[in-house]
Formats: sequence, C-alpha cells, structure tokens
Amino acid sequence: MSTAPIDQETLSFRRPSGIRTAKNSLAWVYVVLAAVLAVIPLVWVLYTVISQGYRLILTSSWWLQSQRGITPRREGGGAYHAIVGTVEIGLICAAIAVPLGVLGAIFLIEYARGTRAARAVSFMVDILSGIPSIVAALFIYALFITIFGFGRSVFAVGCALVLLMLPVVLRSTEEMLKLVPDSLREASYALGVPRWKTILQVVIPTAFGGISTGVVLGLARVMGETAPLLILVSYAVGINFSPFAATMGALPTMINSGRDQAPTMPGYERVWAAALTLIIIVMFLNLLARGIARATKLKEK
Amino acid sequence: MSATEIGKTGTRAADTDPQDREAAVQGARSDPTQSPAQVHESRAVAMPVPSVRAARGAPVLDPAVAGSATTAAPQDRTSVSPAPGTGTGSADKRSGVKLAKISRTGDRVFGFLAAGSGVVIVALVLFVGIFLLALALPSLLANQDNFLTSRNWIVAGDQLRFGIAGLLWTTVLSSVLAMVMAVPVAVGVALFLTQYSPRRVAGPLSFVVDLLAAVPSIIFGLWGLTVLGPFLSPAGSWISEKLGFIPLFSASIDPRSSVFVASVVLAIMILPIVTAISRDVFSQTPRDHIEAALSLGATRWEVIRTSVLPYGRSGVISASMLGLGRALGETVAVLIILSQAAPGADFTPSIFAGGETFASKIANNASEFDSPSKTGAYIAAGLVLFVVTFIVNAIARMIADRGSAKA
Repeated sequence: MSTAPIDQETLSFRRPSGIRTAKNSLAWVYVVLAAVLAVIPLVWVLYTVISQGYRLILTSSWWLQSQRGITPRREGGGAYHAIVGTVEIGLICAAIAVPLGVLGAIFLIEYARGTRAARAVSFMVDILSGIPSIVAALFIYALFITIFGFGRSVFAVGCALVLLMLPVVLRSTEEMLKLVPDSLREASYALGVPRWKTILQVVIPTAFGGISTGVVLGLARVMGETAPLLILVSYAVGINFSPFAATMGALPTMINSGRDQAPTMPGYERVWAAALTLIIIVMFLNLLARGIARATKLKEK
Repeated sequence: MSATEIGKTGTRAADTDPQDREAAVQGARSDPTQSPAQVHESRAVAMPVPSVRAARGAPVLDPAVAGSATTAAPQDRTSVSPAPGTGTGSADKRSGVKLAKISRTGDRVFGFLAAGSGVVIVALVLFVGIFLLALALPSLLANQDNFLTSRNWIVAGDQLRFGIAGLLWTTVLSSVLAMVMAVPVAVGVALFLTQYSPRRVAGPLSFVVDLLAAVPSIIFGLWGLTVLGPFLSPAGSWISEKLGFIPLFSASIDPRSSVFVASVVLAIMILPIVTAISRDVFSQTPRDHIEAALSLGATRWEVIRTSVLPYGRSGVISASMLGLGRALGETVAVLIILSQAAPGADFTPSIFAGGETFASKIANNASEFDSPSKTGAYIAAGLVLFVVTFIVNAIARMIADRGSAKA
C-alpha cells in the first residue's frame, strides 16, 4: 500500500487562518471588556459615597453624637446612635450564630461525616443560605410577634439575622475542619484523649484562623442588612443600648429614614455620611477577614 | 495541649520499636491525657491499643473511616482510648500499668450539643415554611380574589382582595433581566481571571470583585436611584422610543426608577457570586484537556470553547441560578429604586415601568402590620417568595451535584 499523498491544504503549518485569529482576538477583547466592566461599579459607588460623605465623617461630632433633636433642616449631630445599634445587633446575632454554626460544622465533619443526617443538615444549610433576608425577617415576625406576642425588638432583629449569618459561619468552619489533617486527630486519639477534648483542643485551635474568617465575613454581611431592621424594629434618633427596646438606630435604617430628603438639605449629606460609615465598617471587617485568612492559612496536605 | 505537640507525640510514638515500648510500659503510670511533658510515659500507654484492635480485626484508628461507618461511631470512639478490655487488661497485669478510667460524660454532652445544633438547623428551615404557611392560611382562605391571577392588593378592612400576579411579574422580570446581564460579564471575568490574566493582575481583580459583594444593598439602592438612574435614563428613553411598540419596552413616566435600572443594580449585586463560582469551576479544568487542545493547534479561544467551557458548563448554570435566587429576594435596593404605580393605574408589563416585587412590597408596608388578616396577606407574599427561591436554589444545587458527579 502506498502512502497517501499529503494534502497541502489540510496539513498546513502556517499560523491559524484569518477567521480563527479574528475569533481569538474577539474573545480576548470580550474578556478584557468584561473585566473592565466588573471594576467600574465598585469604583463608581465608592467615588459617589466618599465624595458626598467624607466631609461629615471627618468631624468628631459625627462619631460622638446622636441625631436627637436634629431635624433634616438643621446641621450637626452624628451617627453614634446608629453605630452603636449596628454593632450591638451584629454582636447579638454573632452570639447566637457562631456557637450554632461551629457546632453544626463539628457535627457535619466530626460526628456525622458521610451519613444521611449530614446530608440532610447540609441540604438545609444550602436552603438557609438562599433564604432572602426579608423572608427571615417575616419568619421572626411570625414567631416572635404574632405567635409569642412579644413586641418588636432589637433582639428579634438579631435572631432574624442569625438565619443569614449561620450558613456563612457553618460553611467556612466546615471547610476548615476538612483541612485539619487526620493525623492530628489520630495522634490525639492514640494518646487516649477523648473525642470532645480532641475537637476542642486539637481540631478547633488548628482551624481557628479559618473559623474567625468566616465569623468576620458573616458579621460584615449581617451588619449591612436592612430588611429585618425595617420589619422588626423602629428607627430611633437617640442613643439606646437596651437589646429589648422596640426602637434603635442603625446605620442602614438611618440611611433609609433620610433618603427622601431634598439634596439641598443638611440631612441629605448625613445620609451619604452614614452610607460611608457603613461602608467603612463593612470593608474593614472584610479586610480583617482577609488578613486573618492570610496569616493563619492551613497548608493543604 | 497544642495541635503540633500532639502531632509530634503521635509520630514519635509510632516510630518506637517493640523493645523500646516494652521498656517504657514499665514506667508508665500516668493518665494519657496529660501534658506533653509526659510524652514518654503517655506514648507507651497509647501504643498497645492500636495493636490490640488490629489483632481483633477491627478497623484501624482512622477518624475518616470511623466517621463513615454510620452507626458504629460511638462504639468506635470508646475503643480508641485504652479501655480496660481484652488485651489491655493482660498487658496491665504484666507491666503493672494502671489505666485511668476515662469519663465519657464529656463526650456524650459534646456529641449531644453537636447533634442538637444539627437538629436546630433542620428545624429552623422547616419552621420557616411551617410558620409562614400557618399565618398565611387564614388570609388566603378569606381572600375574595384568585391569589395567583389577581393584581389587586386590598388588605385593609373586612374584604380581603389580593393577588400576586403583578408582584410575581415584576420580581421575575427584574431578576431574570439581572441574570441575563450579569452572567455574560461574570463568565468573561472568570475566563479572564483563570485563562488570560497574569497572576499579578488576577489577584487584585478578584479582590475588587469580591469587595463588590461586601457593599451593603442599601448603598447600591441609594447609588442606583441618585446616580445610575439618571445616567441610564437617556438610554432607556431611546430604547422605548425605537421599540416602544413592543409592550415590554413601552415608555413610562419616570425612566429613572424603572425595573430596568433596578435590574442593572441587581446585576451588579449578583456579579460577584456568579464570578466567584465560575472562576472556581474554570480553574479546575483538567490540565490534560487544555494541553490536548493546545497540542492540536487550537488558539486560546478554541481551547476555552472546547475544554474550559464544556467542563465548567454545569458550574456556570448553577452559579447563575444562585445569582437568580439572590436577585429574587433582594429587598432594599429594589425598594429604593422602583417607583410604585399610582393606585388604580393600568398595569404595564414594560421594563421601563415601575412596580413592586414581593420583597419591596413587604418591606414597604412593614409598618402596617396591625391586623392578623393584613399581616397574613403579606406573609402569604413572603411565603411565595420563599417557595420560589427554594425551588431556584434546589435546582442550582441539583445541577451542581450532577456536574460534580460527572466530572
């Protein structure tokens, strides 16, 4: 059998043909454009908020005074009451969500790995991470206010936010526990250390960095939430520390209550300053989470 | 006792040879849970246990193995410690070792707490559905209109007349539009990050996209209303002028607070989620596939089309569904941007009209939750939103699971 003659057309060592090169370049243009487009919103939003709000947050009264007795037509006052509220709500939420989330992750990884119970819990966590904040707020409203007959309260907001923070904490803890090498657990068991002590003194400390990253990220998420605040607590212009009061200021509701004002009013500038304050808090938490993650990175084996 | 210390102890104990161990057993009298100062003693006590277990043909000490056996976990756990059992007992007599009794109370309490939190999580999700349904039912039964097809929302007074047709339309329209806008950009960014850009650019760009997810939604809403709305309104007016004969694009009174603007803001908000998941999927494309395509002379785009995109398809679809779920439930940004139609105004399906989504309707009227029947109507709307997001998320998860099973 003679070898088939090589077709000069099909076997060519030239560069790709014109159409293929054109498509390739077009794809390059497309992804670069997409990348540029993705950067624009953040820059634009940050520019808007900073340029409109920077003046007020540079004053000391912004951080030390509340809005009590200050009408939209008057200058002055600060966001102290709202910052206190935002931080307090975040802490209430974390106090419930962190133990629940960490224990839930321990259950998934250390106790029920691969079982049907773990799959059920894992599925529910997925559902929980998809629940809209307004539905979480309605659920707490239904439970606390309609069924139990309590009034609206800061505590209820914290409980509603637990539903949003829990999946963040649980998933990041779970990922970290998966990374803890089994040799550490085996070594501990081999020394006769009971399982709960192994988890508390070997597994958790090893995974601590990742867990705190998840906690901080979860905090950043819930502190920016507005919907539960709208439904479960009324906005107050004065300072309030009680978690069971029906009114409390918070940065998102401070923005929401003032957003209808005319742009010429002093109150309008305070809206943007509150937005900038909220962004600063949330961005700080995000950077903190990133820093913790980088500093305590577990090496995968 | 820190993790590394225990790790060291473990390896050293494993290295010990039998004679050495025998000798050490003679001196060992301490509780194995002691501090690393007593490493030499504790390793000796620890060592006989695995060998005994291995001799009985029981599973070796591997938490992963122990955990995967569904019901045997508790029994396995006890055998991990030096139990005063078969082989260990004789060893005790021989060497005079006294093994401390270890209380299992701590284990039981801790296991109970862990399992309890699992139960709480499952119960929470079930309760959300149950409570919303329980409180919505009376209002749904008293409703005079068809809940699914009516566009009325009369919840004050004795006669309840409400339906979700208008809400459902605006919610789905804005979210689908947001998804359609966000996914192509997100896929482009993910491809850029994984296939095109050098590491020096990819890191900061990922960071910027991730930070976008951190911006609170109320700030997006404020920005969308005051900055983006006026910016987009000429484009909106132009489209509705040229294509206004199609009902979907018919003109509206206030182009600055239309569904279109809300969709753009929603697209920006879901961009980080879709990008992050797509990026992870694309970066897992097997090196072999890419190199095989390259060796056949494929251009970079052809590599992406023949190996990266097919591999990541299920991941991208699942990411888009997750983004859609997030857009469906977004409250405050939509609430701020969308203008509500005047009461009694005709319904317009246009993307340049205002309207209300489930979430914005509920949030907007939160201060009016005074009578149970009224609250029930809003809770019914919330229930529909819960069910819709549940379905969308479940589909996303199913697609992701099927994709990962195939890979």
